[in-house]
Amino acid sequence: MTSEELVQVAETVTAERQAADFEVNVCVALGCLSQHSDKLKDALCAEAVASGRNCRVRGTGCMGLCAAGPLVRVGKPAEAAAQTLYAGVHEADAREVIESLGNKPVERLEAHLDTYFHGQIPIVLENSGYIDPEKIDEYISRDGYQALIHALTEMDPQSVIDQIAKSGLRGRGGGGYPTGLKWSTVAKAVGTQKYVICNADEGDPGAFMDRSVLESDPQRVIEGMAIAGYAVGASKGYIYVRAEYPLAVTRMTSSLQQARRRGLLGNNICGTTFAFDIEIRLGAGAFVCGEETALIASIEGMRGQPRPRPPYPAVSGLWGAPTLINNVETYANVPTILRKGAEWFAGIGTEKSKGTKVFALTGKITNTGLVEIPMGMTLREIIFSIGGGVPNGRKFKAVQTGGPSGGCIPEEHLDLPISYEALIEVGSMMGSGGMIVMDDTSCMVNVARFFMEFCMTESCGKCIPCRAGTAQMYQLLTKICDGRATHADLELLIDLCDVVKNTSLCGLGMTAPNPVLSTLRYFKHEYMEHIEHQHCRAGVCACGRKPANELALAGVTA
Amino acid sequence: MPTYPMPPLPSDDKRWKIVNGTMRRHGFARNALIETLHTVQSSFGFLDDVAIRFVAKSLHVPLSQAFGVATFYNHFSLKPAGKHTCTICLGTACYIKGADNLMAAAEKRLKIKAGHTTPDGNISLMTARCVGACGRAPVILEDNELVGLVEPQVMLEQLERWAAHD
Repeated sequence: MTSEELVQVAETVTAERQAADFEVNVCVALGCLSQHSDKLKDALCAEAVASGRNCRVRGTGCMGLCAAGPLVRVGKPAEAAAQTLYAGVHEADAREVIESLGNKPVERLEAHLDTYFHGQIPIVLENSGYIDPEKIDEYISRDGYQALIHALTEMDPQSVIDQIAKSGLRGRGGGGYPTGLKWSTVAKAVGTQKYVICNADEGDPGAFMDRSVLESDPQRVIEGMAIAGYAVGASKGYIYVRAEYPLAVTRMTSSLQQARRRGLLGNNICGTTFAFDIEIRLGAGAFVCGEETALIASIEGMRGQPRPRPPYPAVSGLWGAPTLINNVETYANVPTILRKGAEWFAGIGTEKSKGTKVFALTGKITNTGLVEIPMGMTLREIIFSIGGGVPNGRKFKAVQTGGPSGGCIPEEHLDLPISYEALIEVGSMMGSGGMIVMDDTSCMVNVARFFMEFCMTESCGKCIPCRAGTAQMYQLLTKICDGRATHADLELLIDLCDVVKNTSLCGLGMTAPNPVLSTLRYFKHEYMEHIEHQHCRAGVCACGRKPANELALAGVTA
Repeated sequence: MPTYPMPPLPSDDKRWKIVNGTMRRHGFARNALIETLHTVQSSFGFLDDVAIRFVAKSLHVPLSQAFGVATFYNHFSLKPAGKHTCTICLGTACYIKGADNLMAAAEKRLKIKAGHTTPDGNISLMTARCVGACGRAPVILEDNELVGLVEPQVMLEQLERWAAHD
């Protein structure tokens, strides 16, 4: 394809869209699908046909506000920004929605959530909810693949890397390693065969940004990977995606086929000598496979166990070849950076953290869903303005970021502007972007125990500090929760945190103590209450009162 | 085709041809082990001794590696699942929203622990490490169909319906 052909495709799609008087967009991503938005779409189609009006019903990707689903956006195709968003629409409402087109909107279904979208800057999510994820042409109609063609025909690989470096983009998988630097290391590495891997093994419980991007805008990830392949000199890419995300896998598979058919993957892409193709590899449910060397082992068909670094994958990765590994969200940023320019991207965010970050806002918060905010926004703005605060008149207690490797941030640090460094300073980390809000019904010791149990069961067992250390820490935390612990146990726990943190082989072990350390830092009084007074102020632990689950378990004969 | 002798299909069950197809698509490369086990898992529902040996032999992978992989990953199960499966998500968001209560209620009703199947082989109770639908927490999968904002009562009613359908 050439850029003229792209423009042609875009024009055809836009003309088709404009031909309809109205369009009805139904979210068909996982959150809304679980509330039968597919049946809702069928009902809306049937009503649209029955009404005889010139309107087009289509499925789109995630619109962000998952808790209020199923979401439907209606209006004139030419004025996407002025369309009305309906929340909680069900099959029975289909007729009313179709009839209201062009008239007054259905008031009872309208989503009054201006604060939710206020302050968000969509880059990664710019197409989510606006295109049909199963059609490549719709992606092209929103400037898709222009960046790839521009890079292939008018830029040399080095200037692509320069652009990415200049934009200040950093890895969105959690570590925050400068992407430009990683790319140039792989580009400089010696080897005839190089690989590009997309890490879509989104293991952090409580995070679902990558799933949403793969389900709502899969072509963006393919384009980003192809650009990366061109920049570092790779001809083969792998997407390592969790088997727990079947919808994302299906959409990705069909998207790859469409991209091949359009000549955007394969040999001689856009008439150049550049060849690139992508294969999907399914994860099989191992958290540790998010670690890059473990992920590589898994693609090679082995157990997902990490190996010591160096050599880094950039020098010796998949089958010993130089390998570039980036997260879904990192690749998703690439096409927009090349299209709009590195300066534009670098103008968003803070001094050291550029651009935006997608967060999955969940837990005890009114508006759960996906948000994309510029770096530097404060936690308070995200939680109380965009998220709408804690529901049911409860009091905010902490927000957990970074998954099992992260930590809990208390109210006193809510005015912290989000950046990689700032989050580490307060004992948490960016992680892949889960943000779980907790209110006063959550016991922080219990939360620490929950994460420790996670790390214990997900430890691959290769190195002793992680394998044995997490199990011991879990037992100590259980002791504290049950009100059987002494001060000596707490000291031992702190000691163990130190050992596991400093001597583990990979990131899983090194960060496993973080939830304990951060809760100890801000909520030590809760630990003390458990130890000294056998009291759990949230009322969830076994000390003080028997927890609901233990009472129930007493009746279980396994 | 590889140069070493290929093992015969374990039986004339058509599903073995599907398994063989996956291996052929990957040129019987050793790194196709996980992909092939995925195919076995989805066609047979579990990996048994015969299947693992067959795959290991076909791909020329040491049996130890094949068993190692099959037992390392949570997605592969070595036992057949029940007729119905109730999977409770125990991700962080679901946990904060009370997934532990759901688990306790299900364990009490079915009189089995998580990861087991009722003695009559009707219902399996499984856990998941986040299915990525945190916006709808707590979520469960009823025979792979995702249900969000689950109250214990709603889940128990479904379990009753399954139990009655015996």
